[in-house]
Amino acid sequence: MEGLGLGYLGAGIGAGLAVIGAGLGIGNVAASAAEGVARQPEATADIRTTMIIAAALIEGVALFGEVICVLLALK
Amino acid sequence: MKRINVQRTKALLKVFAVLVPLLLNGFSIAAASTEQLPGVSRNEVAAAPAPAVDAAHGAVAAPEEEKAGDVIMHHILNNREFAFPPFGSVELPEIKLGGFDISITKHVVMLWVVSAILLVIFSIVGAKYKKMTPSQAPKGLVNAMEALVEFIRTDVAKANIGKDYEKYLTYLLTVFFFILLCNLMGLVPYGATATGNINVTLTLATFTFFLTQIAALKAHGIKGYLAHLTGGTHPALWIIMIPIEFIGLFTKPVALTIRLFANMTAGHIVILSLIFISFILKSYIVAVVMSVPFSIFIYLLELFVAFLQAFIFTMLSALFIGLASAHEGHDEHEAGVASH
Repeated sequence: MEGLGLGYLGAGIGAGLAVIGAGLGIGNVAASAAEGVARQPEATADIRTTMIIAAALIEGVALFGEVICVLLALK
Repeated sequence: MKRINVQRTKALLKVFAVLVPLLLNGFSIAAASTEQLPGVSRNEVAAAPAPAVDAAHGAVAAPEEEKAGDVIMHHILNNREFAFPPFGSVELPEIKLGGFDISITKHVVMLWVVSAILLVIFSIVGAKYKKMTPSQAPKGLVNAMEALVEFIRTDVAKANIGKDYEKYLTYLLTVFFFILLCNLMGLVPYGATATGNINVTLTLATFTFFLTQIAALKAHGIKGYLAHLTGGTHPALWIIMIPIEFIGLFTKPVALTIRLFANMTAGHIVILSLIFISFILKSYIVAVVMSVPFSIFIYLLELFVAFLQAFIFTMLSALFIGLASAHEGHDEHEAGVASH
């Protein structure tokens, strides 16, 4: 039972770490995009597209981590 | 002006017709779970023939906290039971063919429903377009669909694929509207999210994968396609580069699969968890202060996410096709290196 408890702990901590990583990444993307738009308002459309793609890719990596954690927790 | 008002009241009445039974149902269940009923009647609640609403499950699951997780998983996962809470449920038949379970499940039915709705909507829109004169402005449903189609055409397909975008436009539009409606069906009463099933998203991503490979083969030919796998490096490095590039082909569709699946599933789990908090704590105050407002907030967020994920899937499909068929980039780069 103790081993199983540690497994749950691992899944929880893993999910938290994945969220920290994704939060930092998407935060950086959004900050840079806001800065870019402030400097060059005419490039808003391009910046938005690039930002969404980058954010989606970062989020994808984070979701890989989350899915692994869910699988661990449900095992 | 008066006609608009009539239409609006009619629409409102329709909304109420759907909402009121649901609300009443929810209230009766909440009352059943919070009142201290004797054990016998609670067993009756558990043994009722149609316990299949999320809320009804909550009433059954409330006594033991561990069960909330099971109920959430039952709601998220695919099964052969189609529940229509106040009226009972329909058990779909089990079909087996050569050892494979090919029975028609909840998510399969939702896929059919979505396809049928799309067929109806676009036949209507198409028929109306044929009747219109070129100078006439579209209105109503036609206008709404035109805005979305135009958005996918210019901002997604044209921007990412380039000059040959019209060949892929049909696929991108189909996939966008299909995913969008699948996502939205999960937010409708009695609906289920077919895109919250990894098999569905994997199938959609497989289409994108094959389309990407075909686009690459068409643009570069077999020789160029194989040369691309070497990454343009020295033959001594091929033993490392070829496996890496080969795996790289498959990571893109896998990422598409997981992204859509995890996003749709996660939203539903969050909404159900928030609802279950009030059942686990058995308190009206928690329900009013926390469960209801927060789950409404997440629900509205889910509406946005449904659009966003459909857009991102389409956008990334277009991007992958564009990257696979863009030959100018490589050639110019190599030519530039050679001329230096």
